[in-house]
Amino acid sequence: MNGDTVIASGPATTLGIRLHTWWRMLVICLEERLAYRTDFALGTLMRFLPIVTQIFLWTAVFAAADRSDIAGYSRDNIIAYYLLTMITRAFSSMPGLSSSIARSIRDGSVKKYLIQPVDYVGFLLAARVAHKLVYYVVAILPFGFVFFLCRNYFPPAPDGLTIAAYLLSLLLSFLLGFFLEATLGMIGFWFLEVSSIIFTYMLFQYLLSGHMFPLDMLAGVPTGLAGVSLADVVRWLPFQYTAYFPASVWLGKVQGWDLVGGLLLEVGWLAVAILACRLAWRRGTRRYSGFGG
Amino acid sequence: MHNRSEEANDRVIEVEGLTKEYRVYDKPEGLWASVQGLFHRKSRTIAALQGVDLQVRRGEFLAMLGPNGAGKTTFLKLLSGIITPSRGAARVLGHVPWERNDDFRRRFALVMGQKNQLWWDLPAAESFRLHQEIYRIEPAHFARIRDDLVDMLDVGRLLGQPVRELSLGERMKLELVAALLHEPEVLFLDEPTIGLDVVAQHTIHEFLQTVQRQRAVTVILTTHYMKDVAALCERVVVVTRGSILYDGSLEQIVDRFTTHKVVTLDFESAPPVAQIERFGFPAEVRGPRVTLRIDRTRIAAVLPQLLADRQIRDVSVEDVPLEEIVAGLFRGAAAQQEPAAEPAGVP
Repeated sequence: MNGDTVIASGPATTLGIRLHTWWRMLVICLEERLAYRTDFALGTLMRFLPIVTQIFLWTAVFAAADRSDIAGYSRDNIIAYYLLTMITRAFSSMPGLSSSIARSIRDGSVKKYLIQPVDYVGFLLAARVAHKLVYYVVAILPFGFVFFLCRNYFPPAPDGLTIAAYLLSLLLSFLLGFFLEATLGMIGFWFLEVSSIIFTYMLFQYLLSGHMFPLDMLAGVPTGLAGVSLADVVRWLPFQYTAYFPASVWLGKVQGWDLVGGLLLEVGWLAVAILACRLAWRRGTRRYSGFGG
Repeated sequence: MHNRSEEANDRVIEVEGLTKEYRVYDKPEGLWASVQGLFHRKSRTIAALQGVDLQVRRGEFLAMLGPNGAGKTTFLKLLSGIITPSRGAARVLGHVPWERNDDFRRRFALVMGQKNQLWWDLPAAESFRLHQEIYRIEPAHFARIRDDLVDMLDVGRLLGQPVRELSLGERMKLELVAALLHEPEVLFLDEPTIGLDVVAQHTIHEFLQTVQRQRAVTVILTTHYMKDVAALCERVVVVTRGSILYDGSLEQIVDRFTTHKVVTLDFESAPPVAQIERFGFPAEVRGPRVTLRIDRTRIAAVLPQLLADRQIRDVSVEDVPLEEIVAGLFRGAAAQQEPAAEPAGVP
């Protein structure tokens, strides 16, 4: 058959074909994403709105406290920190990922990916990249506008190497966020209803990622263990990479070997998340009984 | 490319002792029972499929019949590798389906009547393009196959419309095109004509027939419509309660499982019911039309007497409708299995 000529090619071309397939998936996801224009535009703008409210909130907090410094952060620092975590979140947050995986398991639409010679996780990743790309294209204008307005809150831009480390940490935070939430969604193979599990995860993630406040503010919170603060614990968890870590890299709070160690730990957590995701998929599909007819 | 043992005996599908059991939870009615259910649940095992053996040769078109819940869909899910069996073995095209390796997945297709593979919000043409990539079909070849299939079903004008805007029949036709783009050697169809009108059903029959003949595709079809079976399949497998009850040709079903023929008489005026009933056959009267069920062994003797000296305008002698035979089969199986075969433990 005609397809055989394509299949019987060397590893280099196989990779080429894979990339091509992946590209096609990306394109189709982009098209799908753009099918509902209004929903998409509104969704994008609404997700941007919290930045503005956060700025007002912290301005109010500082005004009421009548202090120029909270846990080592000035008002300007805090606002810069917030804007930077917004950027991290734009990479690491995966709205609807775990719930849509769980739904596809519950209603049986995941079957499609079991039948076709395609990797479901790879496919979801392509879809998510498409999702993000479209989001950036639309969000870059309002983001740019706010950053321009708030330009005076930021310290001077870091050196090139730090910027490179920052970009790397952002990319890793995207992948880490993806694989963590994909694994979470696959709990759907074991429990048909996972929304409360997802909710619990989101709650912890919100508190421990630095999304709500800078994690170094936890340095004074005891854990019960002598000499170990909550910040020391949180530093070893994967959550910080989905908000706090890249922001603090940009702000120069993590430097030198701390920075290298932090990045290595991020890579480590990413490897763990990828393995967990693969394992959950393999075990889950073996267990799968094809619900929904 | 083909496995050697598969070439040797040409058995594309080989199934042995295939069994799938599910654990289900019993939930008694009521709030208190629900609260108890939080701590302790009674579960029991039900067999959706028990010890099925089946062999299908290349190019066969096989229909699987059975009442709802008989295990037809479970069977197709097992053969497509969507689920893993509790016991037993199966090979499709020389592969164990539930290992789901890509070589296998490039060579078969499954179409489910109620589920779609097409992207809901996009035109079908886009889904086709994605299939081209996923199945690695060479572009020129892809274009030819696609145009062929699209022409056969006359769906060219639908390719550019978002799938969600199409009717059920149109969608099903495009699903079939999508499923056949990679020229599968084995095709599983799970109730492909469910909910379709007669015209659409007919189009799909003709299409499947043509495709199957042209390419010697091996097809297993599950359906509730006898029209599908009569139009398409040489071989029929009847499944009830997870076991195969009958495996043979369609004609043989009629031969083996019917004892009667249906005779319809149209009279000029009011039918002489009393006289007809003297022959001892149950009669159904509707206006000037009388329908009789006559024992096949006696029909040659009875028919001339019936027709003699009466004002009959028209007469027809037919087999019992297939639906009825099959329904009888299902019922018979249910009645037989309950007291005899499985004295205990039947859910």
